[in-house]
Formats: sequence, C-alpha cells, structure tokens
Amino acid sequence: MSSIPDMMDVSIWRGDGTFGQFESFKVPAQESQTILDVVAWVQQNQDPTLTYRYACRVGMCGSCAMMVNGVPRWTCRTHVKKVLVNNNLEVGPLRNLPVIKDLATDMDPFFDKWVAAEGVHHPTKTRDAPIEPILPTNAGRVEASSGIECINCSVCYAACDTVANNPDYLGPAALQRAWTVYNDSKDANKQAVLDAVSGVGGCHNCHSQGSCTVHCPNGLNPMNAIAGLKRVTAMSFFKNGK
Amino acid sequence: MLDIRLYMLQRISALIMAPLTLGHIAVMIYAIQGGLTTAEILGRTQGSVLWFSFYGTFVIAASVHAAIGLRVILSEMVTLPRFALSVFTWGSCLILLFMGARAVSAVTML
Amino acid sequence: MIRSHRTHTLWLAYILHRVSGLGLALFLPTHFYVLSLALTQPERLDGFLHFVEIPIVKVAEFGLVFLLAVHFFGGLRLMALEWLPWSANQKTLAAGAVAGAFLISTTFFLRAI
Repeated sequence: MSSIPDMMDVSIWRGDGTFGQFESFKVPAQESQTILDVVAWVQQNQDPTLTYRYACRVGMCGSCAMMVNGVPRWTCRTHVKKVLVNNNLEVGPLRNLPVIKDLATDMDPFFDKWVAAEGVHHPTKTRDAPIEPILPTNAGRVEASSGIECINCSVCYAACDTVANNPDYLGPAALQRAWTVYNDSKDANKQAVLDAVSGVGGCHNCHSQGSCTVHCPNGLNPMNAIAGLKRVTAMSFFKNGK
Repeated sequence: MLDIRLYMLQRISALIMAPLTLGHIAVMIYAIQGGLTTAEILGRTQGSVLWFSFYGTFVIAASVHAAIGLRVILSEMVTLPRFALSVFTWGSCLILLFMGARAVSAVTML
Repeated sequence: MIRSHRTHTLWLAYILHRVSGLGLALFLPTHFYVLSLALTQPERLDGFLHFVEIPIVKVAEFGLVFLLAVHFFGGLRLMALEWLPWSANQKTLAAGAVAGAFLISTTFFLRAI
C-alpha cells in the first residue's frame, strides 16, 4: 500500500544551543508513523541518551513541538509520510528558544512573555457572585473563542522571524492570549492589556509575515489577533493619546 | 523596536503619503513622455504654492516614514543600544528632511 | 535559498515590502540631490536628464517606479489588515498589490521609451 522504503535516514540534533551537530540514524519505516514515534524509536533502540520532551501524544499538551525539515511542527500528530523528503528527515529543537539538550528547549522565555503580555484574568466579581451568562454569538465572545484553543506549543513562536530578530518581542501566542483576554467581557482591566502590548516588545513590532498562522497546528490565526490589538491600541491612541 | 508612538507615526505618515504617492506617480507618467528637461520641470513647479505644499508635505512624511523604517530594519539586523538607535533614527530623518527641503525649494521657489 | 518555514505568500509579501522600502529609502537622498541641482547647477541637471535617456537607465527607472508602486499597494494592504475588520483573502490582496504595481510601472515604462 505504501511506497515508503524499509529504512529512513533521520538526522537528529545532538548537543546544546552553543555546541552540537546533526547525527544520522537509520530508522525502520512503518505504516502510520509519527515524527514523535521516530524520535522515540531512536531513543529506545539506538541511543538512550537522546533527550526530547513529550507528554500526551494526542496533540493536547503542547510539549513535543520540534523543527522538522526546517518547519516547526507538533511531532505527535505529524505523520512521517506527510513530511518525508527523499527518504530523509531532519529533526531539530524548536527555533527561537534556548536549547537545553538535543531536542528539548527551555520554554521559560515563551511563558514569561505570556505573563508580560498581561494574558491574565482581571476579575470583575467575587467568587460569591452568580455566574454571568455570555451569549456565544456575542462579538467579543466570537473573537475570544477563535484564540482559546491554543495549546502553548510554541510552534508560532518558533516560526516567527520577528521573534528571531527582536528578543523583546512578545510573540504571536502571548499576543493572541492578550487579545483573548481583551475580548473577555468578564475582564475588568482592558487598559492593562493594551498598555502591556504597546511597549517596545509589543504588538506593533509584528510585520504580518503570517508564519504563525500558516504553521499553527490547531489552525488558529494569531496574525488576526495581533492585527486586532493594533486596531484597538490605535483607536485608544487617537482617543486618549496613549 | 517599535512602541505605539513610533508605530502611529509610521502609519500616519504612510496614510498622508498614500494620495501624494498616487499624484506623484500620475505626474511621472504624464511628464516622462518625450523625455525630461530642467526647463520643463521648473516651468511646471517654479513659483507654485500648490506644488510647494504638495512636495513639502511629501518630503516631511517620507523622511519620518523612511527613518522609522530604517530603524526597524537596523534594529532587527544588529543589536544596538536604544540610544544608538534613536541617534540613527533622528539622524536619518534630519538628513532626509534637509536634502528634501533643498530639493523642494530648488524646484518650486523662484 | 528561502528557508522552509518562510515559503508562503505573506512572508514573500513581507520581504517584498521590506526590500522595496529599503530601496526607496536609499534612493531618496540621490533623488533629492539631483533635484537640488536645479538650484545650484542647472546645466548639470540637464546633463543628468540627458543621461536618463539611455535605455538601460529607463529599465532602472521602471524598477524604481515598481518599487514605489509595490510599496504603495503593499502598504495599503497592511493598513487595511491592521485597521479594518479582518479579511481572509490576504493572499489574493498581496498578489493584487504586485499585479497593480506591474500595471503602473509598465504604463510608466511604455510612456518613457
């Protein structure tokens, strides 16, 4: 049924962020095989010291993203057949993040920026207040819904050249989170969100390259979210001078 | 390296230039036929308040827009302290303004 | 060689916008200097305008008009993307910007030759 040869040539990054090289492995091809399966096979059968990160294996937890043939992908749900080129695979650690070892990156800068983008809930009520109903058709709710399926996998962050060129830039995921919070009618401090995304690393650095949206494994549209933030911050600038 | 103020300056200067660019392109297409001469250019523009304000506005907006654009490109290619970036931005803007003002006065003033 | 995560329409639109903007910014000082010759040395300006009659220079002028037009249309697309409600047809608009720039710069070229 499949025309995949018996063995694939797989290059895997070994080393840390400063020193390292790609190491070649021969990996048996199988029907219905994911990139994560390939990496796991190498670790279990060829080199137990290979370091990588995963948890759920079903595309929910966002831990297993890596660069596959130069493109950031969630490896647990990327089929080998979809990305194999001339029987070759190249698997590396996510771009734009410090490498801890081999395929495992330090995701602290990514999550720190979520906090810096003010992607936190500012409550309007106490825990004793009754639950406020929100219509699913409400315009703000529709905008917020489009961003809430983010699994924090950092694929967009790795795909973004503005992140690569500007260490202060908050990045697509954090800004999309800020846009979601901004559109939450239960959020009490929208100005805090606008202030957080208007600084030197804010949404205005985005060049709308759209790599975040192209590569998001969940089909989200951070470029749209960032454009939304630019729109509301520009309106706020015209109204309040900031 | 864009905060909201630089971003707004960049976008507002762009919006100011949008109709001016269309006008400039139209003039170019109109004027280029049969070649250009100094006398022909000056005959159209010299002593005209309209052309002075058209190209004067254009030069100011273009200087601001280009300086911010160059700043972004530079900041994304090399790591520079914020102060050095500001010096570069202001420097580019002032050089363009000065050269642009000379050009506009040369072709519009008597 | 363009790296694989960049091989999509809007990244190409981005690099075109950046390169055209950079080209225009670098061209501006020359443009201003040549025009200011009208004030200081009109005969040198005429000499320069004579020089631009050479065919290869006409092609370069075509390039400059293309840069200006593509930066103009690409910029309009970005302004609409950022300040108007989201529109899903960004790839078509980006392609339209390039087509519009070709139309304008070719019109200029045909009038110039």
